[in-house]
Amino acid sequence: MIWETVAIYAVAFCLIVGAAFSLIGSIGLLKFNDAMTRLHAPTKVGTVGIGALLLASMIHAQIFSDGALHDLLIMAFLFVTAPISANFIAKVNIHKGSCTAPPPPPEDDTWSTLDVPETDRALMPETEALN
Amino acid sequence: MKRAFYWLLPHPFLTLLLTVVWLLLQGTVSPGMVVFGLILGILIPWGTAAWWPGTPSGLRLSRMAVYIVIVLWDIMVANVQVAWIVLTKPNARLRPAWVVVPLELRQPEAITVLAGTITLTPGTVSADLSDEGHSLLVHALHTDDPDAVRDDIKQRYERRLLEIFT
Repeated sequence: MIWETVAIYAVAFCLIVGAAFSLIGSIGLLKFNDAMTRLHAPTKVGTVGIGALLLASMIHAQIFSDGALHDLLIMAFLFVTAPISANFIAKVNIHKGSCTAPPPPPEDDTWSTLDVPETDRALMPETEALN
Repeated sequence: MKRAFYWLLPHPFLTLLLTVVWLLLQGTVSPGMVVFGLILGILIPWGTAAWWPGTPSGLRLSRMAVYIVIVLWDIMVANVQVAWIVLTKPNARLRPAWVVVPLELRQPEAITVLAGTITLTPGTVSADLSDEGHSLLVHALHTDDPDAVRDDIKQRYERRLLEIFT
């Protein structure tokens, strides 16, 4: 009985933390005014926000019904895929020149996103052709 | 014997991982499910081996466990930090910066792990890799000293990854 009470409070706590972080992530998305800084809010705050919500779901399932660990999988896939979508959005920003131009790499010629073959240069956006 | 092993199991860790994922999806551990999971874990890496020829060799699992714990802790800290920046820093005082990290890691798997870690941890997103793969472009949300961010990444994550992927 005591465990159920503890679990209810733990679930409530996780739900509040998750909801708060998700809210802050969305606020950040609205507040920042540059495409690249905007990327930071959902990629990080989102992972803990959703992580806490899933933890709440997991505790609830463990105590009040037969425990299910599906949520662990959701969390694992989320942590593996979030950086990839962030990376793609960042690449689009660099490619379209909607952020300040990155400094050139110290060793190699250029960043792979800007590594456009000679024949396709004409198709590139203006801002970026300078690089 | 060793060749037969690698022919059957091109990625032994992937086999193990797929089996565990299958069991988690099922939600129950019964002998039948373990066997079916193992069959999937053997067939899928075997079928996709052509697109993933190299096997990361010499993974040090104990060091990897330490690394995962450090990264999970950093993710928690990073979230609080970024939440604080979102709520309290006005846009005008925000100083985003590009950080270039020269890489000592050479294996694609190791660089992928490093890039993923950077994206999930304190105020940084890995944006791009240079055309030959010798440096990583990282965007920092708010920093006064980009060099310190670079040194921190190299010290905290890359050094450990170099030890994991020998």
